[in-house]
Amino acid sequence: MSDAILRRASTAAAQGGIGRLAPLGLWMATALLFALLPLIFRSGTALTVLSLMGIAIIFALSYNMLLGQTGMLSFGHAVYYGLGAYFTVHAINWAIAAALPIPLIAMPVVGGFAGLLFAIIFGWVSTKRSGTAFAMISLGLAELVGSSSLILRSFFGGEEGVSTNRTKLLRLFDWNFGPQIQVYYLIAAWCLLCMALMYALTRTPFGRMCNAVRDNSERAQFVGYNPQVVRFLAFCLSGLFAGIAGGLASINFELANSALFSAVQSGNVLLATFIGGAGHFVGPILGAVLVTYLQNMLSDVTEVWQLYFGLLFIATVMYAPGGLAGLIMMHGPIWRAGALAGLLAAYALMLLPLAAVAVGAILVIEMMTHLGVKAAEGTIMKMGGISFDAKSGLPWLLALALLAGGGALARLGWGYLAAAWDRAQGIARDKGLTQ
Amino acid sequence: MAELILISTLNGVLYGLLLFLMASGLTLIFSMMGVLNFAHASFYMLGAFLGFQISRWAGFWPALILAPVLVGLAGAMVERFGLRNVHKHGHVAELLFTFGLAFVIEELVQIVWGKSPVDFRTPALLDFPAFTVFATNYPAYKLFMLVISIAIFVGLFVMLTHTRIGLIVQAALSHPHMVAHLGHNVPFVFMSVFGVGAALAGIAGVIAGPYLVTQSSMAALLGPILFVVVVVGGLGSLQGALFASLLIGLLQTFAISVNLSLSDIFAGSGFLPQPNTLLGDLWRVTVAQIAPILPYVLLVLVLIFKPTGLFGNRET
Repeated sequence: MSDAILRRASTAAAQGGIGRLAPLGLWMATALLFALLPLIFRSGTALTVLSLMGIAIIFALSYNMLLGQTGMLSFGHAVYYGLGAYFTVHAINWAIAAALPIPLIAMPVVGGFAGLLFAIIFGWVSTKRSGTAFAMISLGLAELVGSSSLILRSFFGGEEGVSTNRTKLLRLFDWNFGPQIQVYYLIAAWCLLCMALMYALTRTPFGRMCNAVRDNSERAQFVGYNPQVVRFLAFCLSGLFAGIAGGLASINFELANSALFSAVQSGNVLLATFIGGAGHFVGPILGAVLVTYLQNMLSDVTEVWQLYFGLLFIATVMYAPGGLAGLIMMHGPIWRAGALAGLLAAYALMLLPLAAVAVGAILVIEMMTHLGVKAAEGTIMKMGGISFDAKSGLPWLLALALLAGGGALARLGWGYLAAAWDRAQGIARDKGLTQ
Repeated sequence: MAELILISTLNGVLYGLLLFLMASGLTLIFSMMGVLNFAHASFYMLGAFLGFQISRWAGFWPALILAPVLVGLAGAMVERFGLRNVHKHGHVAELLFTFGLAFVIEELVQIVWGKSPVDFRTPALLDFPAFTVFATNYPAYKLFMLVISIAIFVGLFVMLTHTRIGLIVQAALSHPHMVAHLGHNVPFVFMSVFGVGAALAGIAGVIAGPYLVTQSSMAALLGPILFVVVVVGGLGSLQGALFASLLIGLLQTFAISVNLSLSDIFAGSGFLPQPNTLLGDLWRVTVAQIAPILPYVLLVLVLIFKPTGLFGNRET
């Protein structure tokens, strides 16, 4: 094992200059991608979805500073997102009224500071505890703030919220931020900046102490750090970035309302982060992109998209707790060892039975939906261009046959896949790429 | 005034006992497996909807028995095929699993019964006023709910403290390995406790269904309150859960009936802040309006000043 580490260290040293430049290149590529995306996806919907993805990425990354980096499970992260949004909206309105020379691009800072301020207040209370107690306090605080927002009407604007006009602020380079494309670039720029800052934070000694507190807070204490302080600082910084995300959201919608505080919002960011993978920095980014895409696209295809969403989450928790990023990273050493080809063959073999199970499950869910919620429309339904009667026996038989047959085949194939996986791992181990 | 106090007390105790029916299962499951079951309120909702469906086919009384049994079986299945597999990934994964489960159950209920409330009525046998105090009729159904809740509490307490089953359950709480070495099937005990806890929530659902509103958002509305109850009472403590349930039941019921605000209290002082300002809002908020947030204030205060909960003996 130590041999492998030495060998890897020496190759890293040999690559020296290139190794240090590679991350910079990656960031440049990301910036280029952000700049080019609107040229590739030109439609109005695509631009809206891309803007939402940018906001979701910041929000999910800020959430992962708690869940993934420091090991704190929060059910109330939307509090800082929502407060950031409200303070940004009020700041914009105030700047317009007082004719202050502040450009719109600076406004998310206000949201960030609002998030930070309230994270300091609420964090002081909640980070005294960790684990389940922390999760419960975060839930309680979220309910508290959510309910208060409906009581304090002068600030939160009651049910309809507070609206604003992003085009009335000081113009830089003649951008008035009326068109969505300009808002997209504003969000993209902030997204890139926040991603870089949050990544840099994971590389600092503080970031490492967060990981230490997550893994074993007692031993972190022995090294001379107070876990409570580390948790508190992580919580405050996470609130800061959540506030920026909220500020961007309020600029995007030109509105802040109490829905921003809802349990749905807090739940979504948790789902996105976990599905993407809390263990890796790219995980929440993947999750935010995927979940935003599904929310906007799946809802056109099926009425019960949230059910699929929930099932996807449960499947992730049960079978891939590392999330998407974890699944991908698992294959890194195998790929470097050149053993991926054999594994891909096994995956291809599993594809058919798993697809059968998925199709069967989708059929059952859609037929249930049709007979339940949409009973008024009659029993004839259409899926994939084929019309059939949801009350007749044949489609149900077919669905159950797909489920059972696919399930049985998947069970058979599982052993084969496990053997292929062990083989590939073995090759990677022999080449000293894994322990 | 006396009328208000009497009626509010009765309603508060009733609401508190309903909370206890659910909280007892939740707290037992927590102390046994260390899992705070997010989907517990979803079992309550399943109970209400199954109760509604069965009472349409076979009447209320079969539903009162059948629905909790079905919910209990569903709970046992969830433990056996879901939670037990997630256990190896740690407590956070377990909490997340139940979180996702709550999400899925709500969606399923919406698929089958829709989003609007269903017409779940009190049985004709109990649809009469039991007694009249100060010109207010107290429905017999509420009295029936009270009796059922108390009976279950007494039954549960006796079973846990005076029977062999209770002994094994209590032993499995603190020393699962020792109990396993004595030849008891601990995973089966866990599964049963999870199932019974779910069934208790199911009973609460069936009897509360006709009284409160049976709709797909009822789990999301009640779930957070349940957590407040078990945390305030002290995680794993049955007495604590009872005390906290009654406390929160009474607190909320009384707060709703008090229509007092700061502006009423300081009416004599002549100080009245402008409306549409933050202070003006705070000044005019009535106690009834802040009733829904009182449990959460209580939760935060308890966690700060007495982290073990009022009756608990271990840190949450």
